[in-house]
Amino acid sequence: MDAKAIVVTSGKGGVGKTTTTANVGAALAQLGERIVVIDTDVGLRNLDVVMGLEGRVVFDLIDVFEGRCKLQQALIRDKRVENLFLIAASQTKDKSALSEEHMQNTVKALLEGGFDRVLIDSPAGIETGFQTAASAANGALVVVNPEVSSVRDADRIIGLLEARGVTETRLIINRLRPHMVQRGDMLEVDDVLEILGIKLIGIVPEDEKILISTNIGNPASLENSGKNGAGTAFRNIARRIRGEEVPYLSLEVSKGLFSGLRRLFGGN
Amino acid sequence: MFGLFNRKKSKDQLKERLKLVLSYDRAGLTPGRMEELKSELLQVISKYFPATENDYDVKLEQQGSRMIFVANLPVNK
Repeated sequence: MDAKAIVVTSGKGGVGKTTTTANVGAALAQLGERIVVIDTDVGLRNLDVVMGLEGRVVFDLIDVFEGRCKLQQALIRDKRVENLFLIAASQTKDKSALSEEHMQNTVKALLEGGFDRVLIDSPAGIETGFQTAASAANGALVVVNPEVSSVRDADRIIGLLEARGVTETRLIINRLRPHMVQRGDMLEVDDVLEILGIKLIGIVPEDEKILISTNIGNPASLENSGKNGAGTAFRNIARRIRGEEVPYLSLEVSKGLFSGLRRLFGGN
Repeated sequence: MFGLFNRKKSKDQLKERLKLVLSYDRAGLTPGRMEELKSELLQVISKYFPATENDYDVKLEQQGSRMIFVANLPVNK
């Protein structure tokens, strides 16, 4: 992706925006990029705990906006990856503290200050929080689960991003369950792409390891999660963002009998 | 015994429902307004073709980035 400021969004809550931001951010940093991940979910911040950095938060995004600290002071260095920084959302303020202008200036300052890319974790919904997060972005990762409300909300978000002029929009299909796809009880990758009509950048299988790694505050993409694990899928997304051609994971349930299934996940 | 094979896959039903609901969402039209449109359209058409059949099909279709309004109204010769 050419975009240097990428908003991670979905419309619907609970589909994996924060998990995606943490994992893709960590993987990009591990690949050598200087990365900042910004939590814009003011009042409901979680990116800090998902990354295991909650103990290090002193200043947050709203402190920067309201001039209580310098941008540098709000940058929290990750414990594992050298080039990775977090800016936390405020837990006590409300959304009225958000400002598109401040957001744009902050992201601009980070990119001009030597960071390669900024990932912006958007709150759920299509209101102020989302609008502010998207206002500073020139690219987007739209996270969708293969189920009815998530796909509908993703469609709405794609329309709103388009209207804002966010042009480089890519789709991540998260929490895919190969067994259910195989039974015909879950939308396939191609179905989702046909309905939403945007380019794919990642397919992430449902994986217990994600919950476990979140429990201990350590992004799964930093560990070897096995060939078909979610951690590997997130790492592959980071590589694709950097322009690498990475084949999609084959998520077939049982080798041999359902080898034809591999084809279904191989699509563009 | 054919239950398992005859069963319509739930994902196919979901796909149809999603396509329909998204066509309304994208056009900013409610299904109710679409029904009104259909009946008004039928009234107009039947002025010119008195015996319009009932098995008509009116829908919105996405074609690339364009939304197309498609009306299929069989008329008696």
